[in-house]
Amino acid sequence: MPEPRRLPARSVFGSLVIIFVVIAGSAAAFAYTAGWFSPRRLTPNKMLDALAPPTGAALGHRRNHAKGICFTGVFDSNGNGSTLSEAQVFVRGRYPALGRFNLGTPNPNAPDSTVRVRGMGLQISTPDGQEWRAAMINPPVFPASTPQAFHELLLAAASKDPNAMKAYAGAHPEIAPFGAWEKSAPWTGSYAEDRFNSLNAFIFVDHSGAEHAVRWSLLPAAQAVPISPDDLAKRGPDFLEQEIVERVRRGSLHWTMVVTVANPGDPTADPTKAWPDDRRTVEVGTLSVQQIEAEPDGPCRDINFDPTVLPAGIRVSDDPFPAARSSVYAKSYDLRTAESKDYPRTVTSTKP
Amino acid sequence: MSGIGQRFTPLQRLLHWLMAFCILAMLFIGVGMVSTVAPKYVPLVSIHKSLGIVILVLALIRLAVRLRYGAPMLPADLPEPLRLAAYLSHYALYILMIGMPLIGWAMLSAAAYPVVLYGGVRLPAILPQSDSLHTLLWNAHFYLAFLFFALILMHLAAALFHALVRRDGVFDTMAPVSPRDELTPAE
Repeated sequence: MPEPRRLPARSVFGSLVIIFVVIAGSAAAFAYTAGWFSPRRLTPNKMLDALAPPTGAALGHRRNHAKGICFTGVFDSNGNGSTLSEAQVFVRGRYPALGRFNLGTPNPNAPDSTVRVRGMGLQISTPDGQEWRAAMINPPVFPASTPQAFHELLLAAASKDPNAMKAYAGAHPEIAPFGAWEKSAPWTGSYAEDRFNSLNAFIFVDHSGAEHAVRWSLLPAAQAVPISPDDLAKRGPDFLEQEIVERVRRGSLHWTMVVTVANPGDPTADPTKAWPDDRRTVEVGTLSVQQIEAEPDGPCRDINFDPTVLPAGIRVSDDPFPAARSSVYAKSYDLRTAESKDYPRTVTSTKP
Repeated sequence: MSGIGQRFTPLQRLLHWLMAFCILAMLFIGVGMVSTVAPKYVPLVSIHKSLGIVILVLALIRLAVRLRYGAPMLPADLPEPLRLAAYLSHYALYILMIGMPLIGWAMLSAAAYPVVLYGGVRLPAILPQSDSLHTLLWNAHFYLAFLFFALILMHLAAALFHALVRRDGVFDTMAPVSPRDELTPAE
């Protein structure tokens, strides 16, 4: 049996250097991958920092769209969507739905009349065990083309520099369609009267494997009654939640889900660009909201409406936002669940 | 010198090197995905989940194989502290190889996320939704990942130390091919 060979000291030193280089190099590669050497990389934490109000994030709440109320109901699929996607949710039938009406603000106590963007989180479950989660908003287009631009927009909007927004809009003219909507679209006095849009493009895959780039919207059955923000303010800071509770108590509310199919060449990677009005649309079913529950103990509280949670038959497109939203929402979920003591589950005694 | 000439079985060596690749990929994907909002986030998370389950299955097979075939003995002249470090670090590596995928799976379950693997395979939730459990598991998954990587670096340093400095045959027991056989066939 060979004895271990005694090495000369120089050779030992050389070997130790090799070992050090291998270990240090591995550690450096790991740190690089984690972004420690890339201070400019846009991370979920940076996005959350930019979303936070100057007073800091509201602990225990979603980092954006923080004010909201839960609903449950059903999605009645009419079967028409099966021509576009093999997902079971488009097979004619009734599937349980869970969701959340919300306001696009990081402040869970923001008065309703101060928040322009409203949203709906939605989760539809099918018997095959799959889930379709979506988080939609009421503007017809998004203000930014890329997550990087959206981050810049958040920084500009929060900036103390009075020219920051002007400078942003100058460098990012793609914000104009959103700006026009923000300025001129009528406000409503009810979530029930709002249309909610996916904005992001997704790919539907049908039974033959063919792919269709789509966006979808939920069109309210209720007639929209315009109201000025001032008049909405007079109805109270939490009017939208009180109104939707009352309205659903009187009967279910309905939205028609309409899928818009892109023509070849339509921009799928840029949610600031609406598709032309003549694009093919398919009515795929009806969402019925049957019950409202307050968020602290409601079923939507624990759900992250991550737009990349998709059933087989739907997948993300080259639109960069669903991935960015998934990354940031996950971080928001991790933070708020760790802070749940700051947002007690039963609030009967803590309401002022 | 016990252990010299005795090597891990080919199946054990195959599992070791296959898992070394998988686990390193897993750790790099993990720290990469949580620090980006880029489109690659979605495929990285998807790979992370699927690869995690692959590692769990391989680790369980490997544990069974290890219990069946054992391991070559360490050299008799290995100092006691290094011997202890070798035993403890291998226990820790096995615990992490099996524990990390389970913690990740449980963490997703506690957050009410569907756990969908490559090819649409859906795993059941192994915990009900729970804020406190999710937080506990998230912290465990995060900090243990760094501990795991640190242990792997120590393991790599020790392997190289055996191979280059001590030259005591320990590295050869797990080497994909035996350098001793190839370099000194007459020995």
